[in-house]
Amino acid sequence: MTPPRLRLSGLRRAFGATQALRDVSLEIAAGEVHAVVGENGAGKSTLMNILSGALRPDGGAIALDGAAYAPRDTLEARRRGIAMIHQELSLAPHLSAWENIMLGAEPQRGGWLRRREAQARARAALDRLGHGHLELARPAGRFSMAEQQIIEIARALRTEPRVLIMDEPTSSLAQADTERLFAVIRQLRDRGVSVIYISHFLEEVQRVADRYTVLKDGQSVGSGRLAETSLPQLVRLMVGRDVTELYPARVPRPGRPVLAAAGLQAGPRLTGADLTVAEGEIVGVAGLVGAGRTELVRALFGLERCAGGVVTLAGRVVTGQSPRASWRDGLGFLSENRKEEGLMLSLSVAENTALPKLGHFGRLGWIQRGRLAAAAQTGMDRLGIKARDPAQRVGELSGGNQQKVALARLLEYPARIFLLDEPTRGIDVGSKAQIYELVAGLAREGRAVVLVSSYLPELFGLCDRIAVMRRGALVDCRARGEWTEASLLAAAVGTTA
Amino acid sequence: MNLKSLLTRLGPFLGLLLVIALFSLSPEVRGYFLTYANFKIILTQTVIVAIGALGMTLIIVSGGIDLSVGSSIAFTSVVGALLIQLGWPTAAVVLAVVAAGAGIGLLNGVAIAGLRMMPFIITLGMLGVVRGAAKWLAANETVNYDTSVINRWMTTPDPFSRALPAGAWVALVAAAGTAVLLRQTVFGRHVFALGSNEATARLCGVATVRTKILIYAAAGAFFGLAGLMQLSRLRQGDPTVAVGLELDIIAAVIIGGASLSGGVGTVLGSMIGALIMAVLRNGSQQMGWPTYFQEIIIGVVIIAAVFLDRLRQARSA
Repeated sequence: MTPPRLRLSGLRRAFGATQALRDVSLEIAAGEVHAVVGENGAGKSTLMNILSGALRPDGGAIALDGAAYAPRDTLEARRRGIAMIHQELSLAPHLSAWENIMLGAEPQRGGWLRRREAQARARAALDRLGHGHLELARPAGRFSMAEQQIIEIARALRTEPRVLIMDEPTSSLAQADTERLFAVIRQLRDRGVSVIYISHFLEEVQRVADRYTVLKDGQSVGSGRLAETSLPQLVRLMVGRDVTELYPARVPRPGRPVLAAAGLQAGPRLTGADLTVAEGEIVGVAGLVGAGRTELVRALFGLERCAGGVVTLAGRVVTGQSPRASWRDGLGFLSENRKEEGLMLSLSVAENTALPKLGHFGRLGWIQRGRLAAAAQTGMDRLGIKARDPAQRVGELSGGNQQKVALARLLEYPARIFLLDEPTRGIDVGSKAQIYELVAGLAREGRAVVLVSSYLPELFGLCDRIAVMRRGALVDCRARGEWTEASLLAAAVGTTA
Repeated sequence: MNLKSLLTRLGPFLGLLLVIALFSLSPEVRGYFLTYANFKIILTQTVIVAIGALGMTLIIVSGGIDLSVGSSIAFTSVVGALLIQLGWPTAAVVLAVVAAGAGIGLLNGVAIAGLRMMPFIITLGMLGVVRGAAKWLAANETVNYDTSVINRWMTTPDPFSRALPAGAWVALVAAAGTAVLLRQTVFGRHVFALGSNEATARLCGVATVRTKILIYAAAGAFFGLAGLMQLSRLRQGDPTVAVGLELDIIAAVIIGGASLSGGVGTVLGSMIGALIMAVLRNGSQQMGWPTYFQEIIIGVVIIAAVFLDRLRQARSA
């Protein structure tokens, strides 16, 4: 019997007092797509860093095709045939596609670059992925996100890997691009490459992966064939308890309309949107990446220059007002990009929470740190933020907790109208459930919520009405019950169902 | 190639033509300004900044900065003067001066890459260290020597001949070499990769530490060469020369289209940037403008160049 492609047994790794991995064992066959799922902090990234050679385990053993595998660094891991595609795209934006694909392994003769050969090899790598049409000489930064990902996969493939690790590869992709990526993954699998697929989107995992392993608290707590496992079973393994209702039960009781947009236009990505939100109502905004959803909420908040149309707040025209004025009027905006825009990672939880109303914590311009910390502590308790204390730097927190800090800021202000752009992107199931509960609670208190999401189950689970955007226009807005996933997707891509 | 990318490529060149056209407006200035003799003067005046800009292009494209260039030029010119005093043969003096520059660059590179510190901080510190060392070495006065072949490199025997001084040829050859280095070698492409996304470069197995050290050392060699030209121009080693010259050099590179955040820049652009600075200085003198006015104009040009570049990039994005 041939040994499995990859066998991990009893893997351990500690960081100081924290035992990130206690006992991880799993087996992956050649030509298998294996999903590794688990909440944030379950040890997925530690495990992947060990496999890709960035970290070394404290104990346990790894065998690659039957031979012991203990890489000293990522270079050796790659030489042995294990390549990794990171969650954040890691291309050099100014370099051309072919230079990115060949970076670090340029064919050369005495230091001179062999341009033709490098280009030919890059072209071959893209051809194998069915994307030979990509323009090799174009700077990587000028490709779409999906194309950039293909370039990154091509780079991983140039070394003919035996195992390809993909960390949240679809987190920045639209539906159609996700489908194309899945086709690429299946093709790799058919060529005998083993793919380790890490994702928070369990529906996706179910569609693309053959088998799974669940990590919880640094241990592998279960594995099996996805065809024989239901979603609730997976979630139970991940959370360690039944998450019977991920989405809170809601009785919609919309009050009077508070925020309305009519014919709103901003830049090339937002060409026309009509939308109203009432007190106590949650309105979802669906659509493909690039359909103008983000631009819509940004324009409502005053972060995009409005080229046309009208925004009214309780009947008062506020089109094109500044973010500062929007805060004053009770609007709160949560950015989809918490690391670059939403939060100041090097500042404390307290400072991040209090920034919009820092003046309230001052006396004659002097910040009263005690009051600031007390207010932040209230927000931390209310949202269940796991941080040492309000003075801890936000950058040290996990993704889910960072997002809760960003939400705590809106609650602290307090905002009356919440514009939430992808509030659950890249965070674990447990934190998601808490955020859903929080959003439902806001609506119960009579606040208005606009929720932009690429994740259909959460739109259907949470919203009273769902608007669909396509190519910059808001094409339809209906009550949740009047949509099906199929009809909503059809509206988003522009076909009739 | 469409019109836009053509404009992007020719941007600095158009800037140069614009500056030349500006000074040609006034008929009485034009008579001399547009002569070959004046062109030769401008070229000669550009040599030091141009050679410095070659090294700086390497550094800025890689996402770094070097503030110690002026001090390096002073230091290496003092070293050259002392060695001539000691009677070293010219070839040895040239090698030693370039090596001294490379040595300072090596120190910068090791501190930046090895200690993982900000290039701005390290080279700001080195600005002081190297200037002090130059004054110490020179016993705080100019270093004079009888004569040397080197003195002839920044002039021509007959000032009215059409021949260009050796220094200008050295700069031209060095520029061509650097352009080839950046475009055609693996090292050159790694310089761009470092500036574009250092994390990615490391991820892809590029030896980032070694590459960075090499970049600063190679740039240092250029600064040493610039020091040699400084020595040739002054005909003495002066430890107080070239104060603030790094700012002119950085400005030349930026006017030439490089981005201070790295990943973008060309040798041709930097050379044109250096020429634009020299033409501005020369033209202002011909117009009889006072030096303070020249300083204001050059400052405005730097800001305008970067602003235009931003507009251009915003439009192409």
